Amino acid sequence: MKNENLYKYLVRLADNSLIFGHRIAEWTGTAPTLEEDIALSNFALDFVGQSRSLYTYAAEIEGQGRDEDQLAYVKLLHEYKNLLMLEQPNGDFGYTIMRAFIYSTFMHKFWLKMMDSKDATLAAIAAKSEKEAAYHVRHSAEWVIRLGDGTEQSKQRMQTAANEIWRFTGEMFETDGVEQALIAEGVAIDPKDIYDDWLSYIQDIFETATLTLNQDVYMQSGGRNGQHSEYLGYILCELQWVQRTYPNCNW
Amino acid sequence: MTVSKQIIGNVELVTQNDTHFGAEFIVSSLDDISALPSQLKADYLHAYDAIKTVCDPEIPVLTIMDLGVFRSLSISPEAGVVVTITPTYSGCPAMSMIAFDVEVALGKAGFEAVNVNLSLSPAWTTDWMSDIGKEKLTDYGIASPIGKSSELKTGRAALFGITHVECPRCKSKNTEKLAEFGSTACKAQYRCKDCLEPFDYFKCI
Repeated sequence: MKNENLYKYLVRLADNSLIFGHRIAEWTGTAPTLEEDIALSNFALDFVGQSRSLYTYAAEIEGQGRDEDQLAYVKLLHEYKNLLMLEQPNGDFGYTIMRAFIYSTFMHKFWLKMMDSKDATLAAIAAKSEKEAAYHVRHSAEWVIRLGDGTEQSKQRMQTAANEIWRFTGEMFETDGVEQALIAEGVAIDPKDIYDDWLSYIQDIFETATLTLNQDVYMQSGGRNGQHSEYLGYILCELQWVQRTYPNCNW
Repeated sequence: MTVSKQIIGNVELVTQNDTHFGAEFIVSSLDDISALPSQLKADYLHAYDAIKTVCDPEIPVLTIMDLGVFRSLSISPEAGVVVTITPTYSGCPAMSMIAFDVEVALGKAGFEAVNVNLSLSPAWTTDWMSDIGKEKLTDYGIASPIGKSSELKTGRAALFGITHVECPRCKSKNTEKLAEFGSTACKAQYRCKDCLEPFDYFKCI
């Protein structure tokens, strides 16, 4: 493959979007209010849409005649390279919102920087995704404030969610040889460059939401290397079922 | 003025707009439009007329020209008719429907080999929506995007509560946001506090 690093990088980004989109889509039909049901379904649609663009581009770079569906649906568990945070079960609404807030804040800053990528297609995907992410941040941050600075129970749930999720945040900032090579070429971005911005925004919202940021946790990682928690398997059962049962089916 | 150029075989196709993207369609060779064989020129115009009839399935008053979703058209003996469109939102489910409708429209117009490509770069913005398109949208009952997407501050002002969205029915600015996410990914839900009518706002993205 001519550009194996770029292919791997795109698949990682695509896996993140697909798995997170699939997770959030579980709220469709069961969210607390109709507006929230629509909002979370929109989140899911945005993420799955982003993954389609990324997989399609990855397939093009790979040049083996595969398409987005083959990259998304017929892989083994260890071939998914998504972040561990994104495959965790939705938990309660507070957990879902807290995770969406922490991740979307990261992704918004990530896409903003990616718009300057030397790779025109990646920059174009970033330009589109950045706008979507801005709405995700806005929406989830409003909820974090409302629930954090809400009732005793909602505050406690948001605090628990934050404490639970934080151990997965370290993985967002890890880079390996694949990324470092692309960062040097100006194609990928170094997540460390957005760390301060990301953290200070989270801290600002937490302060308004009267929540405490407990950063003293042991960071979990492994998704990048295909080492996943047991939860991904359950996602794949549902995600891959149709393509596994009726290979290459179309509708 | 936005001009996009594409080389097809040995001629260059130029899509050009005076007021908005896709309003005018000019085929020219590197020298002159007359360099195109008259049959090919007729084919281009015929194909363009067919594509012009395709509407957004979610907002049937807007053609894909109004939306700026249509990007380019090329006709060659090798590849047949190739139409390039661009998605509005990443996850816009209307794209496959639009691609299908383009194929059907061209098929009906007598073109056999038709291919519809999806192009991501440069990324679509609501700035590409034509002025006529925005008017049609408002008449249809959907408030059209306010501000320029390319300017972060004005483009997001409406949704972030800085400027007010005008009610498409009674034109009152006394409106409120109900939810940032609406019936489709590109819309938000609003309500007019004067005529009490709920309505969709097409996000400036």
